[in-house]
Amino acid sequence: MRLMAESVTLGYGGRPVVDQVTTGIPDHAVTVIVGPNGCGKSTLLRGMARLLRPTSGQVVLDGKAVHLMHTVQVARTLGLMPQSPVAPEGITVADLVGRGRQPHRGVLSRWSRTDDEAVARALELTGTVDLTDRVVDELSGGQRQRVWVAMTLAQQTDLLLLDEPTTFLDVAHQIELLDLLADLRAGRTILMVLHDLNLAARYADHLIAMRDGVVVAEGAPDEIVTEDLVRSVFGLDCRVVPDPVSNTPLVVPIGRHRGRNPKES
Amino acid sequence: MNVVTEEMTGRSERQLGAEAAVLTVRAARTRQRRRLLLVLVPLALALVVAFGLRVLGGDYLISLPDFFRILGGRQIPGASFILMESKLPRAVLGLLVGVAFGTSGAIFQSTLRNPLASPDLLGVSTGASTAAVFGIVVLGISGPALSLAGIIGALATALAIRFIAGSTSGYRLVLVGVTADAALLAVIQYLFTRADEYDAQLALHWMIGSLEAADWQTIAVLVACLAVLLPLVAGTLRARRALELGPDLATALGAGRWSSEFLLLLAVLLIAFGVAAAGPVAFVAFAAGPIARALNAGRTTLVGSALVGAVAMVASDYLGAYAIADVNLPVGVVTGAFGAPFLLWMLAAGRTGRRVS
Repeated sequence: MRLMAESVTLGYGGRPVVDQVTTGIPDHAVTVIVGPNGCGKSTLLRGMARLLRPTSGQVVLDGKAVHLMHTVQVARTLGLMPQSPVAPEGITVADLVGRGRQPHRGVLSRWSRTDDEAVARALELTGTVDLTDRVVDELSGGQRQRVWVAMTLAQQTDLLLLDEPTTFLDVAHQIELLDLLADLRAGRTILMVLHDLNLAARYADHLIAMRDGVVVAEGAPDEIVTEDLVRSVFGLDCRVVPDPVSNTPLVVPIGRHRGRNPKES
Repeated sequence: MNVVTEEMTGRSERQLGAEAAVLTVRAARTRQRRRLLLVLVPLALALVVAFGLRVLGGDYLISLPDFFRILGGRQIPGASFILMESKLPRAVLGLLVGVAFGTSGAIFQSTLRNPLASPDLLGVSTGASTAAVFGIVVLGISGPALSLAGIIGALATALAIRFIAGSTSGYRLVLVGVTADAALLAVIQYLFTRADEYDAQLALHWMIGSLEAADWQTIAVLVACLAVLLPLVAGTLRARRALELGPDLATALGAGRWSSEFLLLLAVLLIAFGVAAAGPVAFVAFAAGPIARALNAGRTTLVGSALVGAVAMVASDYLGAYAIADVNLPVGVVTGAFGAPFLLWMLAAGRTGRRVS
């Protein structure tokens, strides 16, 4: 495993949000971190992307402590899509995706054919070639997320970290984006934070469940997603049944209201 | 056999698609470059026109042949003195200060990703004025020492704002900056009440901004500063392109930890030297960036902002000197008169905050 956390503690001053977490991200697979709000899942991802420096422990990338590595070297290995990124005003898709090339360019080096090819490839992979000349502000939410993924792909990193990439997308676009990311898994290692446990169970090869800053369970979704786990992680009573489409675990909440007329059910 | 052919056509189609995509990307890049040139070339021409008008026009007309003769060393009674001691230094200083202000403002606005976050609204210029007015009224200093006091004032204010706000991003910095600006203005007003008549005249230069005191020595100092600072700004292109995407992506794209601080420091120095040379000419740093952006289809352009700043300075100085007969307005009054409605328009048009998602 190229990316690992070794008893990492992360926080924003004072109370740790992630408490001595040790975990590894399997290569060439999709790993999804799930957990309730405030469990530290986004913070762990930010720590893995070296946006946050651990107060103790270390994040290891290719055998080296990531916060001791050179910024540009990290940027050539590990790409990040933050939660709801904001594009500069008036920027075109071509320009935005081109910014993914920054870590590969020298201070004075000119834009090269390699850069054009990397941008074109990223646009192709995300199905956004037709949007090349459009202004990012004017795109729909789904298109915009795909363009941001394209920018991260233009960075040409083997590791891709995404913080809740499906936020603000309607359900059809959520599926579209996750399908795209699943396609990208060939030859890449993907780590993302997702809100929706069922989508996580369907799209993840490896699941990390967190609660209160610690990892409660990790493994393949059909091994770890159980009624007990959902209760202990989310505090939710549920049934876990096989997803009729993908055969992955499907969490069905029990709740108090079960149908319009409980007497008939 | 059939399978092989299919595979081969499939592959070549994919290659064709890839080649078409590369061409699309390259064409988009070329269009963007052309579009930028379409903005910069007319701005450069506007600057030439404003500069020509400022140097040759006004109350005392100088013909173009005479202008070149005087530059060539010929003495023409009257014209030589007016050109070399007043018109030309004012125009040159206006241009240089405009470039410094325009560049500085655009760096602040794009790095902090907020069009309200310009150094003249965040108290950096006012910090320079406060230190200078303090130097005049309380310490009784003048000349280069005064300029130095102004520059130190701008730097100290910027550092104080940075540390009180706790980061170089977000609304905290804008709030702290605007508050600092108001507090420093109060200090200036207090100091001004204690100034005698001569000091008050000198202090006014540091409060409003004018090009009346333009001389070749000031110009030489400013040219030297710009010759150091502007190449440094140009060298940060990579970091700037990353920083425009916000602090998280800037780090993810390999911009160093201190790159936004370094960039803002350059911008603070630019505004500080500009204020030291011509006073805190209102709104030039604030308005240059948004005007250049509006011309460039909404995209930030530092060169464009520098040109807009220069045109605004030179043209405003011309208007201040000659627009109303027998009234000689300092350039800061003219830019203030145009800038205040511009700020109101920006607030009203909702161009001050970033649309999220």
